[in-house]
Amino acid sequence: MINLEAPKKFRPLIGQAHQVAMNLLRPNSRKYDLAEHEYPKELDMLAAMVDGLSESGQASGAGASGVRRAEDDPSKSNGGTRNGSNLASVLSVMEMCWGDVGLLLSMPRQGLGNSAIASVADDEQAERFKGVWAGMAITEPGCGSDSASIRTTARLDGDEYVINGEKIYVTAGDRADHIVVWATLDESLGRAAIKSFVVPKGTPGMTMERLEHKLGIRASDTAAFRFEDCRVPKENLLGSPEIDPKQGFAGAMATFDNTRPLVAAMAVGCARASLELTKELLERAGVDIDYDRPAQTQSAAAATFLQLEADWEAAYLLTLQAAWLADNRTPNSLEASMAKAKAGRAGSEVTLRCVELAGSLGYSEHELLEKWARDSKILDIFEGTQQIQQLIVARRLLGKTSAELR
Amino acid sequence: MVTTDAPRDRARHGLTSRQRQDPIGFAVAVLNRLARIEALDRFGLRKPTERVVFEATRTGFRTLGAVNRQFARAGRGGTPSRLPAAKAAGTFDLTPTEDEQMLVDVVTELAAEVVRPAAAEADASASAPEPVLKASLELGLPTLGVPEELGGISSERSAMAGTLVAEALAHGDMGLAVATLAPGAVSTALSLWGNEEQQATYLPAFTGDDVPAAALALTEPRPLFDAMAPETTARRDGDGYVLDGVKSMVPRGADAELFVVGALLDGEPRLFLVESESTGLEVEAEPSMGLRAASLSRVVLDGVRVSDLAPLGAAHDYRECVRLSRLAWSALSLGTAKAVLDYVIPYVNEREAFGEPISHRQSVAFMVADIGIELNGMRLVTYRAASRAAQGKDFAREVALARRLCTERGMRIGNDGVQLLGGHGYVKEHPVERWYRDLRAIGVMEGGVLV
Repeated sequence: MINLEAPKKFRPLIGQAHQVAMNLLRPNSRKYDLAEHEYPKELDMLAAMVDGLSESGQASGAGASGVRRAEDDPSKSNGGTRNGSNLASVLSVMEMCWGDVGLLLSMPRQGLGNSAIASVADDEQAERFKGVWAGMAITEPGCGSDSASIRTTARLDGDEYVINGEKIYVTAGDRADHIVVWATLDESLGRAAIKSFVVPKGTPGMTMERLEHKLGIRASDTAAFRFEDCRVPKENLLGSPEIDPKQGFAGAMATFDNTRPLVAAMAVGCARASLELTKELLERAGVDIDYDRPAQTQSAAAATFLQLEADWEAAYLLTLQAAWLADNRTPNSLEASMAKAKAGRAGSEVTLRCVELAGSLGYSEHELLEKWARDSKILDIFEGTQQIQQLIVARRLLGKTSAELR
Repeated sequence: MVTTDAPRDRARHGLTSRQRQDPIGFAVAVLNRLARIEALDRFGLRKPTERVVFEATRTGFRTLGAVNRQFARAGRGGTPSRLPAAKAAGTFDLTPTEDEQMLVDVVTELAAEVVRPAAAEADASASAPEPVLKASLELGLPTLGVPEELGGISSERSAMAGTLVAEALAHGDMGLAVATLAPGAVSTALSLWGNEEQQATYLPAFTGDDVPAAALALTEPRPLFDAMAPETTARRDGDGYVLDGVKSMVPRGADAELFVVGALLDGEPRLFLVESESTGLEVEAEPSMGLRAASLSRVVLDGVRVSDLAPLGAAHDYRECVRLSRLAWSALSLGTAKAVLDYVIPYVNEREAFGEPISHRQSVAFMVADIGIELNGMRLVTYRAASRAAQGKDFAREVALARRLCTERGMRIGNDGVQLLGGHGYVKEHPVERWYRDLRAIGVMEGGVLV
């Protein structure tokens, strides 16, 4: 039966995440936006609490750890549909990012590398890397969206892979204790030869070069790494070491089907914060949003707000759809990209427009609206830019290969 | 009796009131008028304004309302039948129920086999062909919102099923979808808000074999129209009411035997049942940009007297009616937008330019991607409003967002549909120009359809 309300059984989880966002993230939002690169120590306490909750089975993971597709199937609820960890994750990420995107990205043991491990690792690896905090290293100075052409190499030498290359834009790279590094086993074999490797911090040959100074999500550190003859056990390669040209990029890319709805959820959460505050500021200024009257009969501010909220609603539901499909083991890479594309662009549009609607109050640091407008921009870039999502969606709809539609 | 001016745009040809005629201009205008009279004679288009063949396409003659059947007053003021709300679901789910899916499958087939093939001709002739109307009646569409005990097919609120049906039907053609769904709007309104007498008097006609044309008339012809504040008025007169005003965009108004009209009574918007033969009611063709198959009309109410049986529901029911109608229009936009997507995909894959399919160019491919993304978003937002309505939850916010999104993004899809075909999209050889015209209706229309 068609129903698009957040599942009843996740209400406690959502409520919990909301309280954390309101009482821990928000009070620290401006502090770490101003003090970039300072470690948000408040999060350690929170991480301990989250660990406690998940051990007692009360939390389905506040972030990326929730995306592993467990094979054991909790009995399907009514009508044969399942609301599982994917939905739980996007819903809690939305709440947390309503609090603060940068701080969510700094949550210990909730890195994007953890998602990669959860998505691609075999059971032995999943067990071995349980409890690590893993950042994700894909981008290089010479390649971003075109991740098939990465230059970092991994050469098998005895029982170890030797990694050489340079990686940038590693979220939580400084604070994480492990980095999942994308490298090619053989540059001549193209994307099929690209694999991901778990590299523990402190491995000889691995150097953190610098931390970036950014437009937004300043509470989250973004690191650059150099790898010089950096050796990791060959068991740290995630997934299969076989170079299967037929499978191509699919293995590594599977991560994205899981992480894109999460990034979409971040954009949705952040934009909701902007909408809520702007609505209240407008009300104080005497502008009430009337859902029954046509937009064109209301003030321009109200009409703009209605359009923003409508686009937000679409982004929100596309995100839930992508997660729901994953929960029900239905292929969702098309919907995941749709969610990421819509949420990414709606996130920027909403937060930027809210600054304009709130005037200097929105632009100044008195409110957080200007910060949310800076934070949300990254969400239309990382884990696949707007344009990459459009490319993926277009190829799927048109039935084109990456060679035909480039 | 003609009481209001001819539509402003027809009188002024889109000129603003600042335009002034000089002597040469006056002479030219006289010539133009002479030329026209000749044309009228040659084609025999001049007709008296008695009850005659309704010329919906090219002219705007006003005629009396259709002869309506005898709706024999029945019922004795007992309790009306009401559909219960669907049981609230606790789980996020995008799967229709089995019944809904069956209905969608049948309607999808009707849309593909009967509606789509008839669409171009129906658009050109501004009328819905009898076989299409008949086929939809055979499916029982007018009784979708009517409770089983009153001869309908529903056992609970049908807003979700109605949404899915409207979407599927509009994939065939939006204009024909409106024409075929119009009687259902009236029967659903009677089911939702009618008292026992109103249900007993009017519903049997809709559940029988000879379903009357009927229409929900809410729109009024003026800029910045707000459905929540109609200018059509109702005033008490003895034990009945007198209605005055003009309603716009009424589907198949000339054929309709029964109208549900929105009017202001004591400062509050209310619904009124008005039979087409009522004295003072006239119907005027209102051919429009699109939805031409729905034979859109104006209904002019000049001192129309109705009985005490006429008021349908209370003021809050009127508001719900407006919302449910907007929901239906959002649903219609989904079907037409999907038709655009389904049409442009093979086109851009087959059409070649510069030595390869144009779909190999990102500027083309990304337009298609955005149609897919926005359509998916429109659908989910509309479904959320529909499922809330069916479950008896407040859905004012959700339906407002659905309407806003479907208006804005739906029109963009119609616009891009034509653009992707280039010059070929502009000519009637391809249906995208019709979908462009139809999609502009969303956000303009109030009433007509209801789920």
